[in-house]
Amino acid sequence: MDLGQLFAIIIGAIFVSNFVLARFLGLCPFVGVSKDPASALGMGMAVIFVMTIASLVTWFVYVFVLEPLGITYLRTIAFILVIATLVQFVEMVIEKTSPALHRSLGIYLPLITTNCAVLGVAVVNVDDFIITDLPNTVSFIYTVVHGLAAGVGFTLALVLMASIRQRLQLGGVPKSMQGIPITFIVAGLMAIAFLGFSGLKI
Amino acid sequence: MSVMKEFTKGFYKENPVFRLALGLCPALAVSTSVENALGMGAAATFVLIGSNMVISILRKFIPAKVRIPCFIVIIASFVTIVELMMGAYLPELSKSLGIFIPLIVVNCVILGRAEAYASKHGIFLSVLDGIGMGLGFTFALVLLGAIREILGDGKLMGYMVFGPGFQPVLLMILAPGAFITLGLLMGYFNTLDDRRKRKLEKDASS
Repeated sequence: MDLGQLFAIIIGAIFVSNFVLARFLGLCPFVGVSKDPASALGMGMAVIFVMTIASLVTWFVYVFVLEPLGITYLRTIAFILVIATLVQFVEMVIEKTSPALHRSLGIYLPLITTNCAVLGVAVVNVDDFIITDLPNTVSFIYTVVHGLAAGVGFTLALVLMASIRQRLQLGGVPKSMQGIPITFIVAGLMAIAFLGFSGLKI
Repeated sequence: MSVMKEFTKGFYKENPVFRLALGLCPALAVSTSVENALGMGAAATFVLIGSNMVISILRKFIPAKVRIPCFIVIIASFVTIVELMMGAYLPELSKSLGIFIPLIVVNCVILGRAEAYASKHGIFLSVLDGIGMGLGFTFALVLLGAIREILGDGKLMGYMVFGPGFQPVLLMILAPGAFITLGLLMGYFNTLDDRRKRKLEKDASS
């Protein structure tokens, strides 16, 4: 394993190929939960948490169940079921162990099952790290770190967008552009800014 | 409700992308060209028709409490069919759509129609709804794809539209172009809707 590679994965997932602004994943919560920064941060934390655990669990499912049995074509069905179960399970555990955390994250958790960023990160992990000739330990570490960094990138975009939208409320947006349309224009401008990272040589 | 209305609502009045803001991720990601947009639209339409049909048949047997996991498994099965078929017969397209084929599972249009329509209506209407919504989704994708391909590449379906002197706007093919195009199109559809509503009010008051 090489630390430089690990660093490249982290910077890559947060900035260069940001899940929202470069890969177009998780747009529904990006538009839906970006009205105020506090709830954007809550949603972001929930997504980081679920994405990291989902990366970890889907790695085990792929390497120890799907591959040995030769049923890798069932990847999509297996992953979505694992993620849906996982989200439900995480919600139950948080509710029992930390009611305070559940109050702040609880309402976002059910939304995450159908967040394509979570299934997306699992599929990207398989393509980028698992079906390569990396040894198992290395691909495991890369997968988990990539899941975590992708979640951080998602949170970054979400919180930035929420802060901009708060400012936008003071500006006179034309009636037909209010709400989702102007959010997309802003997202376009943010994506132009994030394009600047693609020249980064790590 | 007339059968025709069921079929055409997906295009404009309840267009999944422009009016309901559903299925945005694939709509933006694969609309770099008309060809990709058509491929994605066809794949999503197939899944939508199949899942609507099966869910409508099974709607009396699926317990209400576990309906969402059931819907997801049914949808995922159809997505796997599409994934394997496309990989076998259209490997080029399958490569350019990439991870967005497995991600059809979490396309909110499909789960949304299953929950809002197919679990409450008969087979015939559900299939019709699937076709209509699928075509509406495809229409949105192709419109986005056409705008981005013409401006960003100077081509439409691979044929040159402008003369050789045309300077392509590279931005339109890249990620920002997708966001800006969709934002402007949604704004335009809102304007159309406002105008229609105002006309209806005027007709009602006069």
